[in-house]
Amino acid sequence: MILAVPVQALFGQLLIGLINGSFYALLSLGLAIIFGLLNVVNFAHGALYMLGAFVAWFLLEKAGIGYWPALLLAPLAVGLLGAAIERTLLRRLTGLDPLYGLLLTYGLALILQGVFLNFFGSSGLPYEMPTQLQGGQALPFMFLPNYRMWVIGVSLIICLGTWAVTEGTRLGSRLRAATENAPLVSAFGINVPRMITVTYALGVGLAALAGVLAAPIYRVGPLMGADLIIVVFAVVVIGGMGSILGSIITGFVLGILEGLTKVFYPEASNTVIFVVMAIVLLVRPAGLFGKQA
Amino acid sequence: MSEASVQRIETAAVSQRVPIAVLVVLVLAAPWVVYPVFAMKALCFALFACAFNLLLGYVGLLSFGHALFFGGASYASAHAALVWGWPPELAVLFSMVVGAALGLLVGLIAIRRQGIYFAMITLALAQMFYFYCLRAEFTGGENGIQAVPRGHLENRYAMYYFVAGVFLAGFLIIYRIIHSPFGQVLKAIRENEPRAISLGYKADRYKVLAFVLSASLAALAGGTKAIVFQLASLTDVHWGMSGEVILMTLIGGMGTIFGPVAGAVFFTTIENYLSQAGSWVLVAEGAIFVVSVLAFRRGMFGELSRLLKRPL
Repeated sequence: MILAVPVQALFGQLLIGLINGSFYALLSLGLAIIFGLLNVVNFAHGALYMLGAFVAWFLLEKAGIGYWPALLLAPLAVGLLGAAIERTLLRRLTGLDPLYGLLLTYGLALILQGVFLNFFGSSGLPYEMPTQLQGGQALPFMFLPNYRMWVIGVSLIICLGTWAVTEGTRLGSRLRAATENAPLVSAFGINVPRMITVTYALGVGLAALAGVLAAPIYRVGPLMGADLIIVVFAVVVIGGMGSILGSIITGFVLGILEGLTKVFYPEASNTVIFVVMAIVLLVRPAGLFGKQA
Repeated sequence: MSEASVQRIETAAVSQRVPIAVLVVLVLAAPWVVYPVFAMKALCFALFACAFNLLLGYVGLLSFGHALFFGGASYASAHAALVWGWPPELAVLFSMVVGAALGLLVGLIAIRRQGIYFAMITLALAQMFYFYCLRAEFTGGENGIQAVPRGHLENRYAMYYFVAGVFLAGFLIIYRIIHSPFGQVLKAIRENEPRAISLGYKADRYKVLAFVLSASLAALAGGTKAIVFQLASLTDVHWGMSGEVILMTLIGGMGTIFGPVAGAVFFTTIENYLSQAGSWVLVAEGAIFVVSVLAFRRGMFGELSRLLKRPL
């Protein structure tokens, strides 16, 4: 017993917090790279996360294609859609106030959510866990489901992998350079427009991957990303969008914090991240890892 | 909002007497032409959109959380009228005070960041308030506050002209604010904040005051709506409502005086026609957003004032 809270409950909520943190990290990472290069806050991120989960569900129900291929196919499909969105819609907003990008992607999110709500209702559909990851480990103090460990592991690897690519490879250094000064980079003969398309596709692909990972845990429903994206916005404000590693760390830490709040003061578990955001803004307006105010 | 991106026709010294007179006549005649309930809903949304536009159009701040003030005020006025038995005028006035207090609180936090972050912060704070309303005792959770009494305004025409009075008062207040020296400073901050600061204006104070004014007037609209529909519910504090007021302002023409009114009427009309269509309303809203942002950024009154070569 710690502070009159059973150890089991504590570790259980910590685990749930880590799972939520995995999703916050994957989503805010995608938002951060998209914002860095496109100067667009992608409001459609939550809807594309939902779309990723639905692609996995369709693959299983309509084509009998299981979880493992879906893990690759869904991000690919959503990434292609993202590339199309960037080419046909977002590109037209280059040079305009970033608020227009937010409003355009908000519109896209409404369209996606509206269409799926219309065909599937708001209750959501079950998605079966892959057999290889069912069951769990019985630790002395808690039961550890395999699938949850898998989600945390994959998310960590993808997040750190993305960070390593942007920091340590030629592609990553070009990406960072274009984020700093796109006209100069294109003067060096690098195809910046193509890089922008690829970056947007990559960012929303990460969201779709998070959607597939979430499908067996949460139900697959049209609104699964709607409230989530607002929490992720708060995470991004807390971390500051300037830093990729910052958004990963902030995502995990806030997930854990949310889990702990569920144990000690459950009434506030929905709002704790927003409260943290308000405090961070008052104390350190640029965000924990942000550069400029 | 950066100055290069938004083309506006400045609303400087041109007299707006004629268009305002037209608006007043339309508002007074409306219940004899369309259903009074429809007209009241349109007027509440119109005032909400005008209040929102005061911030977006004239200070360049996009609040994605104005449902907080609209919905928070509708709870306040419903509670005052139902539980405390206050007459509708006092209930609405009380909701405005609540809106101003909420506006001060949110404004002080949100203006610490600019541009796109401001939108995300207001959205997040409004979502926090939504969760609070979901759990709080006095809001009635999923049921909301129902059967709010209209007091001595039972007659639907009495109710309508009360709403019309509220709308016109709010509209004229906003008109005055925009054309006052204070409003000029707001526009200066919108166009070039560092320069306004170097001229000695405390930009943050101006922004907070504009935020509080906008929140109070949005609250006036929300408080009135609760009396009209005799209901305060979670719909009014949901982020969807914040999105809808942006949509109304965008299609009407942000930074124009009459645009938000037109946008609100347009929005109420399509919502009315699509009320049987379920989630397709969302799809329609989304499509309007996409089309407006891509091809219709000036909005109805922005385009109109460009054609007529005079601010509207």
